[in-house]
Amino acid sequence: MNTFTTEDALRSRWSPDAKPRAVRWLAGLGVIAAVLTVVLWFLASRLTGVGYVVGIIATVATLLGAVTFLGAAAVIQFSTLVGRLLFRLAFLIFLGGIGATIVIAWIPALLWPQKPLVVRDVLAVIGAVGFVSIFASFAIWWERKVAGRIQSRLGPMRVGGWHGWAQSMADGLKLFQKEDLMPGGGDVSLFRMAAYVAFVPALGLFIALPFSVAWVGRDLDVGLIFIVAMFGLGVIGVLLGGWASNNKWSMYGAMREACQVISYEIPLGFSLLVPIMIAGTLRLTTIGELQSGGFWTWLAFRNPCTLIAAITFLIATLASCKRAPFDLPEAESELVAGYMTEYSGFRWALFMFAEYAEMFAAGALAAILFFGAWHSPLPASWGAAWASGPLWQRALHGVVFSGPLWLIFKGIFFVYVQIWLRWTLPRIRLDQVMHACVQYMLPVTMVALLAQTFWELLVRDGSTLAFVANVLCTAVGVVAFIGIIRFVVYGLRHRRQLVGTLAIEHLPGS
Amino acid sequence: MIHRMAEGPLTNSLDSVADVDRVVPGELRTEEMLINMGPQHPSTHGVLRLMLRTDGELVLEVTPHIGYLHRCAEKIGENVTPYQFIPITDRLDYLAAMINNQGFSLAVEKLAGVAVPERASFIRIIMAELNRIASHLVSFGSYALDMGAFTPFLYGFREREYILDLFESACGARLTYSYISIGGVTQDLPEGFIEKLTQFLDYFEPKIDEYNDLLSYNQIFVKRTTNVGVISAHDAIAYGLTGPSLRGSGVKWDLRKCVPYDIYDRFEFDIPIGVAGGSDGIPREAVVGDSWNRYFVRMQEMKQSVRILRQCAQQIPAGEFRNKPKGVLKLPAKEVYLEVEGGRGQLGFLVIGDGKPIPRRVKIRGPSFCNLSIANHVCRQILLADIPAILGSIDVVMGEVDR
Repeated sequence: MNTFTTEDALRSRWSPDAKPRAVRWLAGLGVIAAVLTVVLWFLASRLTGVGYVVGIIATVATLLGAVTFLGAAAVIQFSTLVGRLLFRLAFLIFLGGIGATIVIAWIPALLWPQKPLVVRDVLAVIGAVGFVSIFASFAIWWERKVAGRIQSRLGPMRVGGWHGWAQSMADGLKLFQKEDLMPGGGDVSLFRMAAYVAFVPALGLFIALPFSVAWVGRDLDVGLIFIVAMFGLGVIGVLLGGWASNNKWSMYGAMREACQVISYEIPLGFSLLVPIMIAGTLRLTTIGELQSGGFWTWLAFRNPCTLIAAITFLIATLASCKRAPFDLPEAESELVAGYMTEYSGFRWALFMFAEYAEMFAAGALAAILFFGAWHSPLPASWGAAWASGPLWQRALHGVVFSGPLWLIFKGIFFVYVQIWLRWTLPRIRLDQVMHACVQYMLPVTMVALLAQTFWELLVRDGSTLAFVANVLCTAVGVVAFIGIIRFVVYGLRHRRQLVGTLAIEHLPGS
Repeated sequence: MIHRMAEGPLTNSLDSVADVDRVVPGELRTEEMLINMGPQHPSTHGVLRLMLRTDGELVLEVTPHIGYLHRCAEKIGENVTPYQFIPITDRLDYLAAMINNQGFSLAVEKLAGVAVPERASFIRIIMAELNRIASHLVSFGSYALDMGAFTPFLYGFREREYILDLFESACGARLTYSYISIGGVTQDLPEGFIEKLTQFLDYFEPKIDEYNDLLSYNQIFVKRTTNVGVISAHDAIAYGLTGPSLRGSGVKWDLRKCVPYDIYDRFEFDIPIGVAGGSDGIPREAVVGDSWNRYFVRMQEMKQSVRILRQCAQQIPAGEFRNKPKGVLKLPAKEVYLEVEGGRGQLGFLVIGDGKPIPRRVKIRGPSFCNLSIANHVCRQILLADIPAILGSIDVVMGEVDR
């Protein structure tokens, strides 16, 4: 009898000596690529200008190759399933490649403050792309976990082992290999362009977004306006997507989105004017450096007007990012997926990446403008001695007092608040959204701006009134923050177990 | 002669029927869109097709097209015995299957003159009321989902898991039970069922208040649903609305109190109806007959079902669980029409026998069918986002509409 068991099906279809041969080849190639990487890195650091750029790019490429080959060799050696091989191969490329690019981009910023501008720009771009990719993957997983916990379930648990941390990788891989569908009758070039037009501004604004005083792609002196403009550019991509899909529901989503995002840019702009007025400049690094004296110097807590401006800014960015409760453009229950209905595979992934990039940028912008930028709640002056010293001291200063990690943390905090709101609140209807914008947000922001002008004129910086206002607003901020932390701690402490069965588990005989 | 302005692919027969008087020569008319909210859609509950005629976001007319879930249930009823028809009744309103079983069983028992033991009646009412709670939880969850609040859906289904576990322990099934049959119920309750039931009721009753805090009084939800899709009591009765949709318009009519069947007259419970806002925690904007009231009536009804269940748990006697007629059940040559209060309204069964074991005609009055008929009347001059709000509050289940 010729039986074909599952073992036979799972066994690799390679011949007995093919595996060791493949492992040897791949390991050999990997070692060669690794050696080449070191050599190229050495060479590149000796060159200047164009040669340096070429050398860096070649180094990255060989590093990727080394990681790929060595990883593949390792996987083939230890696994028999071709599927697992493919997954880990892609996972290694994805993770290793992006990680390598970030490391290569950021480490020179620490080690070599003086280098040619074009190299700096290239590194900034690589760093931005790498950061957005990793953040989007993290944010998608994070959102699913938070959503699960709010909804009394666990979220991703399997992919990758610990709490399904590799879920985004698996999703990214799946989307990458999906069929590229075009809607019948849709405008093909516009359909393609829409995803890119939505994605590129979301990525582009990271050029001007400072992660710390020295960690910025281009420290534009109109940086703030540039970022807000990039937010607005994404609207065009959505409109294109809605139109090119040849789908009435997508048109609805696109129209709603245009209406909503553009309208909320007005209160957004008005609330932005408040910190601009205080700082006297549009340069984000200057605004960030203003807040280096501890959390009571943060611009949100200066006076009631800035507090109101901070709150309205957060609400306006919620609407700009099309997040609940303003997620009418992607209203699942009415429009299936709004303007994204006809998109599948990698194009949809681009829209999603753009959305999460914008969410982080909104949170980071709120942090920079109102909540202390890259400074920790401790005053930077306490750690002034560490700011100029050996590398480890500077790194410690960055972690404790002011550094990019703090900005990333604050960005993630605001993203968490946005996620939390999305899974709690229902959706607001479009006419109510517009009503809220024009009849509530706009007057409030205008009054706040006006009050801030008068405050600037009449109240001196060190006077008692300024001090009292500062203390009161700081108290409000501290209470709100403690409230949020208490909520989080409550959730952690009262984590419920999964629903057990009432009837089945205690029945006799079971 | 009526002159038409733009006649193209977007104008069609709906126009020629509906607005023959509206088009005036020389008048500038913006393009109306004819959109198909197709059978597959996240917010039409089940396979319902809605043709919308819209002017931008303003919906001018809604025409429901049904029949996508038609399974010839009534025709099957003419070919099988009542015992064999019970599983078909499960699939009518599949969210409240026990009540369907109960209705059909009562109709056939009335026709054939079968007496039901007291314990069986108690068990039937326990199952029916539990199923009513489960059905209202789905309605609550999917209504919240339509409004964009994703979480209450999961909470509703979490509570539902407990109920479905109870059902599974009693009859082995979670959705289509076929538990209540001619003469009683097919099996007795398992040991410990009443204790588990009381445990569940103690766990569940404070949850309803929690859901009210989360959703019912939430300002965004209130703004989405109050004063939307207002159905006057007169219209409701004229269109044959029943169930929470009727009670939301202020009409105090519930078959369990007004025309008690089975042993509902032994229990004390209230009939919640729609109220106007302003008092007692009801949001100010609420109007009698709006979507919020129809939704809130369901929340109150869950509380009343808990009340009934507690009384059942206390009063249930020991005894026979079924009085199955001996031999082949022959249906006498007469007709019986019996209505029960289903999850969505009055569910009626007409059974016409003619002396044989197989009925001559089984006709089912699906409450969702009649409730859906008001869709065209109420969905005029509303916004697109109001359609899920109204249809979700009417809470149709296509199994009942199409049968």
